[in-house]
Amino acid sequence: MSIDTAPGASANALDATSRVATRRDILHRLLMTLGPILAALIIAGCILLAVGVDPLAYYGYVLEKGLFSPLGIQQTLTRMAPLLFLAAGLIVAFRAGMWNLGGDGQFLLGAVMAAASAPVLVQVMPAWLALICAFLISMVVAMAWSLLPALLRAYQGVNEIITTLMMTFLGTSLANVLVKLVFRDPGTTVPQTRTLPVEDRLPRLFDTTITSGLVLGLAAIIIVHLVMTRTAFGLKLRIVGANPRAAVHAGLGVPGLTVAVFAISAGLAGLAGAVDIIGVQGNVRADWNPAYGLAVIPAVFLARMNGFAAIGFVFLLSVLSIGGESAARRLGVPNHFTLVLVSIVLIVLALAEYVDHRYNQSRKA
Amino acid sequence: MSSLSSPLADKRDIVALEGVTKRFPGIVANDGIDLSIRPGEVHVLLGENGAGKSTLIGMLSGLQQPDEGRILVDGKPTPITSPRHALALGIGTVFQHMMLVPTLTVAENLLLGGPWWQRPRTEELEARVAEITRSLGISVKLHAKVSELSLGEQQQVEILRAMVRNSRLLILDESTSMLTPKGIEELGALMRRLVGQGLAIVFITHKLKEAAAFGDRISVLKLGRKVGEIPPERFRTLGEQEIISEIVELMFGKQKDDPEAAERPTRTVRADAAPLLQVADLAVAPTENAPGLSSISFDIRPGEILGVAGIDGNGQKQLAEALAGQRAATGGSVRLEGAAIEALSVGERRQRGLRYLTDDRLGEGTVGTFPVSINFFLKQVGASPFWRGGVEQRAEIDRRAAQLVREYDVRTPSLKTPVARLSGGNIQKVLLARELAEGARAVIFNKPTYGLDLANTLASRQRIRDTAARGLAVLLISTDLEELLSMCDRIAVIANGSLVGTVANADDARTKVGRLMIGLAA
Ligand SMILES: Nc1ncnc2c1ncn2[C@@H]1O[C@H](COP(=O)(O)OP(=O)(O)OP(=O)(O)O)[C@@H](O)[C@H]1O
Ligand SMILES: [Mg+2]
Repeated sequence: MSIDTAPGASANALDATSRVATRRDILHRLLMTLGPILAALIIAGCILLAVGVDPLAYYGYVLEKGLFSPLGIQQTLTRMAPLLFLAAGLIVAFRAGMWNLGGDGQFLLGAVMAAASAPVLVQVMPAWLALICAFLISMVVAMAWSLLPALLRAYQGVNEIITTLMMTFLGTSLANVLVKLVFRDPGTTVPQTRTLPVEDRLPRLFDTTITSGLVLGLAAIIIVHLVMTRTAFGLKLRIVGANPRAAVHAGLGVPGLTVAVFAISAGLAGLAGAVDIIGVQGNVRADWNPAYGLAVIPAVFLARMNGFAAIGFVFLLSVLSIGGESAARRLGVPNHFTLVLVSIVLIVLALAEYVDHRYNQSRKA
Repeated sequence: MSSLSSPLADKRDIVALEGVTKRFPGIVANDGIDLSIRPGEVHVLLGENGAGKSTLIGMLSGLQQPDEGRILVDGKPTPITSPRHALALGIGTVFQHMMLVPTLTVAENLLLGGPWWQRPRTEELEARVAEITRSLGISVKLHAKVSELSLGEQQQVEILRAMVRNSRLLILDESTSMLTPKGIEELGALMRRLVGQGLAIVFITHKLKEAAAFGDRISVLKLGRKVGEIPPERFRTLGEQEIISEIVELMFGKQKDDPEAAERPTRTVRADAAPLLQVADLAVAPTENAPGLSSISFDIRPGEILGVAGIDGNGQKQLAEALAGQRAATGGSVRLEGAAIEALSVGERRQRGLRYLTDDRLGEGTVGTFPVSINFFLKQVGASPFWRGGVEQRAEIDRRAAQLVREYDVRTPSLKTPVARLSGGNIQKVLLARELAEGARAVIFNKPTYGLDLANTLASRQRIRDTAARGLAVLLISTDLEELLSMCDRIAVIANGSLVGTVANADDARTKVGRLMIGLAA
């Protein structure tokens, strides 16, 4: 065509402008994330004031315990290990447009299976092999737990939000039953599983109390990120997530991919349970349910399903939850106040997004 | 550009644009455009793919805001802040890409946007719709879910929706692209009637004959600038051929008399060659609002183009999807190069060399948020050399994508641009490039040139002819009879889910196809 030369000539100029634009974009994104978090902290502070707690003291405790004290930061980093696995699982599912909200059930079943198998296995095989086997068992059981929602969604189009939530209720109950009836340690009076000896657990990093599970978690989420962004498999999943009709049209085996997504997502949740038990807890007590699965969801959303950003938000979440636990003990605020804080952050973020959009519209008018 | 007291601002304009500029990252989509829209006039907007037509009406309908310049409504500068605001000002728009809610019924879609505290007035709507559809000569299934309708039917619903609102200014962006010649004539007659009643109409089309037949005033855009206008006084003095050649000169800068006057195919198909694509007794179950298929049978030999004519919504989509494997057939056989493929999956059929160019470019043809480069390879994910061992080869993908962009003249700011940001015609070029690339044995084209400008339409038709000449079997589904007559060896007519007849593309084909389409024997 006659205009063929134009795009070529201006290509360099375009590249330059687009680079400036991306930098401005990143800055804008940063502002749009940190601003609302600050606003949320202020709002939450007002709530604390209203219930008679000094917000500065509360935040001070949170920061001190969760971030600045040597012991606190080690606990925070240790807490990140299972959260990172859960976040990795959610990234796979959400990017493929599947809302696996059954993380807690899958997590607990993984934890119970690890607690049931690891102490037995270490007695019959080398510790490293035993731990690997325990990890695998947890993963497979959690995967199996996701099979029903996966098949229903893949072949019947049944909404997975409802089925995974229902399976999570069943899963937590089943985990409890298993602890109390099947895997109960006969040697203790409190209902709990047998305990993995400290020396057989995952090694700690250097001279700290930080679990090496943190490294596994980081590896998991980075691998997931790379698979989702750089590989054919990840692209297929993203196509299914972004436009399911285009996936069918392009000849992708959507049902098979759906089952795979659920299996990976649940498998990672199961590994999260295993890493928490094998790395830190050593056993599962009856009625134990930290509900990490639900807590991680906002972090993954805030990170817009980007693996690296998710690491940052999971860190923040850990600081809040470790620091929040201690601040709660000292100031008499309910432990769940961290959840209140996180939800306020989410709401303010959504509002900011809306206002930003309206502002963009009206600025041009 | 234009000073504030623009000479163009005329009392007769109900809407006027003054020096309107709109920029997108990497491109100036509209550049200092002046336009006057008057009651009683059909204002035709013409221009190549990506010239900026849809962007311009996006600003008129409140979807986007100009970066510079202003819009006058009834002589007063009025920022049109939202689609709702545009409707309140009396500006109704039929967009190029469907904007209906697929999970709602047609009636629900038509009632959307009413005040939330009122109960929807269904009876009133039905009466009004009946009146409009009668004058338009179309029929609309009010209680069908939008997702069950073909794109052509959805387009009719869109037109209806704009009409129901009693707009003073009606904007039609490529609304004739999926209508049959008869439908186009009816829409044209309706437009003339409406402007007769004092409405203003902005009409975008790529078919110059329509512009000459239905317009009063013509504006031509090129690369975002307005490069010419034929005002009504001059328009009336010119004949159709003069108008068309003037437009062609404005748009493409080269003279060509009646560019659409099509040359007949000169290829000869060897009659003794074994059929490449054989379909026998293909059947698909009907749904409540969409026809099924019953006993569809045809053969296509290598090098042959078989056309399928018919009003959109008569089973074309079902036929294409059943052949491609996207829709379950209830009976019959499909053979490609002698091998039965009816039990294979979509991907396996593609592997064997069956290609399907969908007419739903944003719904299923592309992933709108993905970059242009990836969209070229949506059907090859994982294949080398673009993926090696499952790992994406960025450089390889970009190299090939850049090549396709050049070859098919896709106008895009960059390979990374999300494909939905391209103009309609340019998205279509991405699809064409994807399906025509190597490895094909038989290709199903569903409205391949829909949304393409004249030059690209001609180029694409030539590409399809070349495809066939390489010994491929081509099934060409189109509502545009001219297109079928200019390309096919034989033309089958589909009505209500079955082929009612097939005619050889000889001199009397036009009449024969026409007779078949209205239910007479050829
Ligand atoms: N939202 C957007 N973001 C970025 N670029 C855009 C956007 N919308 C349009 N463009 C660009 O603006 C230019 C004009 O596009 P527009 O859709 O107005 O063309 P058009 O004249 O309607 O073409 P067609 O005949 O193909 O529909 C194109 O180059 C397109 O890529
Ligand atoms: Mg357009």
